[in-house]
Amino acid sequence: MKSHVKRQARGSRALFFSATVVGGVLTLSIFAFMVILGLPLFSTHSLTLLLTQKWAPDQGLYGIFSFICGTCAVVSLSLLVAFPLSLGNAILIHLIAPRRLARFLHQVVKMMTGIPTVIYGFVGIFFLVPLVREWFSRGSGMSILSAALLLALLISPTMILVFLESFAAIPVSHIRALEALGGTRRQKLVHVILPGARTGIMTGLLLASGRALGDTMIALMVAGNATAQPESLLDSVRTLTAHIALVMAADFDSIEFKTIFACGIILYLWTAILTLSLRHLHFNSTKPSHDQSF
Amino acid sequence: MTRVFDFLLYIFAWISGLILVGACGTFMVFLLTQGLPALSFDLIFGSTGMWDALLLKRVVSDGLLPAIVGTFLLVFLVLLTALPFGLGAGIYLAEYAGKRSKSFFSLIFDLLAGVPSIVIGLFGFSLTIFLHKHFTFLTPCLLISALALALLVLPYLIRSTQMALEELPTSLRLTAAALGADQATTIRFVLLPQAAAGIFSGIILAIGRAAEDTAVIMLTGVVVSAGIPRSLFNSYEALPFYIYYMASQFSDQQELQQGFGAALILLAICGLLFTLAWLIRKKITARLLYHH
Repeated sequence: MKSHVKRQARGSRALFFSATVVGGVLTLSIFAFMVILGLPLFSTHSLTLLLTQKWAPDQGLYGIFSFICGTCAVVSLSLLVAFPLSLGNAILIHLIAPRRLARFLHQVVKMMTGIPTVIYGFVGIFFLVPLVREWFSRGSGMSILSAALLLALLISPTMILVFLESFAAIPVSHIRALEALGGTRRQKLVHVILPGARTGIMTGLLLASGRALGDTMIALMVAGNATAQPESLLDSVRTLTAHIALVMAADFDSIEFKTIFACGIILYLWTAILTLSLRHLHFNSTKPSHDQSF
Repeated sequence: MTRVFDFLLYIFAWISGLILVGACGTFMVFLLTQGLPALSFDLIFGSTGMWDALLLKRVVSDGLLPAIVGTFLLVFLVLLTALPFGLGAGIYLAEYAGKRSKSFFSLIFDLLAGVPSIVIGLFGFSLTIFLHKHFTFLTPCLLISALALALLVLPYLIRSTQMALEELPTSLRLTAAALGADQATTIRFVLLPQAAAGIFSGIILAIGRAAEDTAVIMLTGVVVSAGIPRSLFNSYEALPFYIYYMASQFSDQQELQQGFGAALILLAICGLLFTLAWLIRKKITARLLYHH
């Protein structure tokens, strides 16, 4: 009887363990597949050429540099817009707005995380793109600016929620101490909340940049997908994610097709670096430090 | 001086709030004014008529029904394949894993959670090419999409299961152990039922993620017009892809209207799932508060 129970216990443990291993192996094999299918590319095209040349398949040039630039431009501009917006909203909800309004805003922000990105793209094409075209009366309106504004709307809720969580985790005693000294709201924010929420603010930024980097539909639908090197915010660009989506139709044996695996590898490594920095951040912040030990 | 800064902070916060709510409001109003007039039975069933379409007597060729059915089939298959692995891995990490294997596997699943959906789609696609050499009937299809999407939602399922189990009070485990229950029994009859609500709200969020994703399915078998799929190895239609396609390829005002209608339907499905998850979570927090 006893050995039967023991065997059963060991069996369920093995079952759960194998589910974990399958998930782990699949995660790593995503990367392996990209590398294996992308390798033939590197035998004919050196990595430096791939990363620096321009994209002109008709001239035999298959560089993805402009896509990397396009991705950087869209992601950084969206963060530039979303960061102050999110910080402002988090401060409004945590510190300034009356209780009921704050709860309402918090609810709206939570709901916004559920909006499908394809719908952001759809509304972007028919609402934002014509507006951008009219405001600047240049180009088609499909531009870095349009994509970044929509992405900002996509990533802000994530950032606001992370900020709010880290604001709420600040020890009440610190805030009470400042209140007892007669501190103003600004002092509370600048001297207690923001320093205390430093890790949370970095976390929000990293998470949001990963979200913006990994999104395909918004850039694909409203950034215009031009292959040239962008020179202004109103230029149309192609991001790495959009490039993968666009080249799919091409012939499987072409070099053009193989470049999408290079894009896949870059995206995988880029998000892996973000994930590792997040872990590093939290590992360091959970270690006891001297200035917080009193 | 202090007052000026306080005032500026105040203004900054309120303006940020106005921009966000304004943008979100404009977005919704635009979608509703454009999409609501399009909503009708014809939008979904086309010229086929509702009962004929639902009883599969006639094929719907100009309505959204195949896309809606495709999305639901997809979600169902994703759950079928992802749930066992998600729950299993979540239980392992929460209840069995040692410190080192826990930290290793959490890192791996964090990495997976970060991988862009288009890269997962590309993985599904390359896997299909690879398998096609041995099984020639295998082309991008419903099954491949479902498997790729299952990989996409796996980290959500694992994390919500793990967290739901880990936040249960220690007293529960101690009581079960004191009654002589072994670990497997404790998990099966004590911990899982208690953590069910948390796990369930994670599942609903995973459903929402699978229903809205476009990048994975556009590489793994979704097409514009396929009708309702007859087997797992057929290509299929799905709502998000239909919306994407209509945005660039609409040929007349009516098709554009259908695009808006489809966007509204997808938003409603996601909104419903989201509210459901929120209600469940609210119930959990209420119960946990009561516990202590």
